[in-house]
Amino acid sequence: MPNEAVLAPPAAAAAPRKGRRPASRSFWRNVLRRILRDPVTLACAVILLAIVLAAAFAPAIAPHDPYRTSMLRRLLAPGENPSYPLGTDELGRDLLSRLIYGGRLSLFMGFAPVVLATLVGSLFGILAGYAGGRVNMLIMRAIDVFYAFPSVLLAVAISGVLGAGIGNTIFSLTLVLVPPIARVAESVTTQVRTQDYIEAARATGASGWRIVTGHVVSNVTGPILSYASTLISVSIVLASGLSFLGLGIKPPEPEWGLMLNTLRQSIYVAPVNAVLPGVAIFATSMCFNLMSDGIRAAMDVKQ
Amino acid sequence: MSLMTASPRRPAAPLVAVDDLTVRFVSRDLDLSVVNGVSFTLEPGETLCLLGESGSGKSVTLRALMRLFPPTARLGGRVTVDGVDVLALDERRLRAVRGSLVAMIFQEPMTALDPVFTVGRQIAETIVFHEGASYRAADRRALELFDLVQIPSAARRLDAYPHELSGGLRQRAMIAMALACRPKVLLADEPTTALDATVQIQILLLLRALQRELGMATIVVTHDLGVACETADRIAVMYAGRFVETGDVEQVIDTPRHPYTRGLLRSTVQGAAKGARLTPIAGAPPDLADLPPGCSFAPRCPDAREACLAASPDLYRPAPGQGARCLGYAPDLAFEASPPLTPAEKDLAA
Repeated sequence: MPNEAVLAPPAAAAAPRKGRRPASRSFWRNVLRRILRDPVTLACAVILLAIVLAAAFAPAIAPHDPYRTSMLRRLLAPGENPSYPLGTDELGRDLLSRLIYGGRLSLFMGFAPVVLATLVGSLFGILAGYAGGRVNMLIMRAIDVFYAFPSVLLAVAISGVLGAGIGNTIFSLTLVLVPPIARVAESVTTQVRTQDYIEAARATGASGWRIVTGHVVSNVTGPILSYASTLISVSIVLASGLSFLGLGIKPPEPEWGLMLNTLRQSIYVAPVNAVLPGVAIFATSMCFNLMSDGIRAAMDVKQ
Repeated sequence: MSLMTASPRRPAAPLVAVDDLTVRFVSRDLDLSVVNGVSFTLEPGETLCLLGESGSGKSVTLRALMRLFPPTARLGGRVTVDGVDVLALDERRLRAVRGSLVAMIFQEPMTALDPVFTVGRQIAETIVFHEGASYRAADRRALELFDLVQIPSAARRLDAYPHELSGGLRQRAMIAMALACRPKVLLADEPTTALDATVQIQILLLLRALQRELGMATIVVTHDLGVACETADRIAVMYAGRFVETGDVEQVIDTPRHPYTRGLLRSTVQGAAKGARLTPIAGAPPDLADLPPGCSFAPRCPDAREACLAASPDLYRPAPGQGARCLGYAPDLAFEASPPLTPAEKDLAA
């Protein structure tokens, strides 16, 4: 196939390339301009950026070692001791440091399963949607089997069987997220497949492979990605939930869900401390949702 | 329009030869005979207009020239374009024919252009694919094509997305895309139906000019008599998957022979008929899954007689160059001898 640009996934195709098509560059400039005009999206982006940067540069930013315990400083309230601005947990570890380090795992658990599930789910979904008929039946019914379980239950069941640990958690979350993504991919592909421009592409002599990789993929990527981006927050919450149940990250690793679990017993003694990891989870997932909405709106060419 | 079987091996073979084409769409519950024996030939530079109402098989006939069908289609007969037996090609060779030897203009340019690529990119892609040209060369050619279809500030418009263009410009871009690989046969499926009345005539004039300039054989599908008059050299009126009347434009419009054509002309607004009531054709088109054995128009025909129900009539020649699939023009007197059909008999036949 001579046309590399068509075969590349649209995210890559849309990135500025040398020399050709100033239009694609102005498209991304337009997207950026629209985002800059949207205060909610902008605020969420700033918050997320702060969380991501803090997690990335945790060793430089965190005031204390997140693993160092102290029986003397247990459950200090926020502000009680100026060198522990957010207080300490039930083992006297600095909460701020643990939250900063915890962002690393929590963000990773938000992204990794979604990325994997998007790749696998779109592959199955696009295949099912474009092929139609029996292939569609086979793939989609197989996926429905997974879809029949509530996502939390499924994640708990798989993690329960496989045991705790990062790898197992990513695997179980990926398995949970594949069905919804595949479904969205399938329905969007089915819609796109019947569009006139697909027939028009056939009329210009394009092969099935070219139509799928060129026209179908580029037309379904937007909807799939914008749906997948809403799953990042779901994934963060699910991963935290698994850790909370003792099925995800193992102590003493700092992870927001796990911290929520271990601080749970102290909720009557130090309620603010106990709530802080939950606030971090909530803020991060909320920001992801709002930002993905904003980006989707900004990327809609027709607005 | 010759009914002779055209052999592609003959030196003077026509550019396009369709012989006894049949198309059925077969699924588990349904067997639709959409095209039931269509034959025609077409020379370079000629324009044939397929005229008919929805479901008459005109678009399907058109698509047969590049075999653009879903897998449920069952094809019969013979379609030869420039010596190539289109119905016998394998997938790969068929793709090479589509877009380069035979190209197509679609009805609705908004939906027939991919919304996520610029129009220039879509044209260049076709050129790169068929001619193996570099993108740089393809871009240059796309610019020439945009000039050819008279798109103002062509260079800028190449970088536009389909939704950024007006309907008329979009259809021009669509035409440019069809012309990209210098096709010998241009197919146009209701090219002006989706456009404003003011833009329609511009597009028709453009099509006519391009077709003359480039010497393409053109087939235009339309249900609009005005479009047919404006573009065509010859007209073929289709009903229930058959040509019921064929001839030069003037012949068909001025002296329609088939009762269906006459009905069609009577039910169209024409300048002279201002204030007069239009006469619609009574009844509805036949069910393609269950066609009557006789003339498929007989149940709606004001002149139908008993003989019409016996067998589907041949294409008779009421005048030189003109054909009508109506028993009334048969050389024998079976038609005159049989009694007219009563409305009840017509209902029964339908």
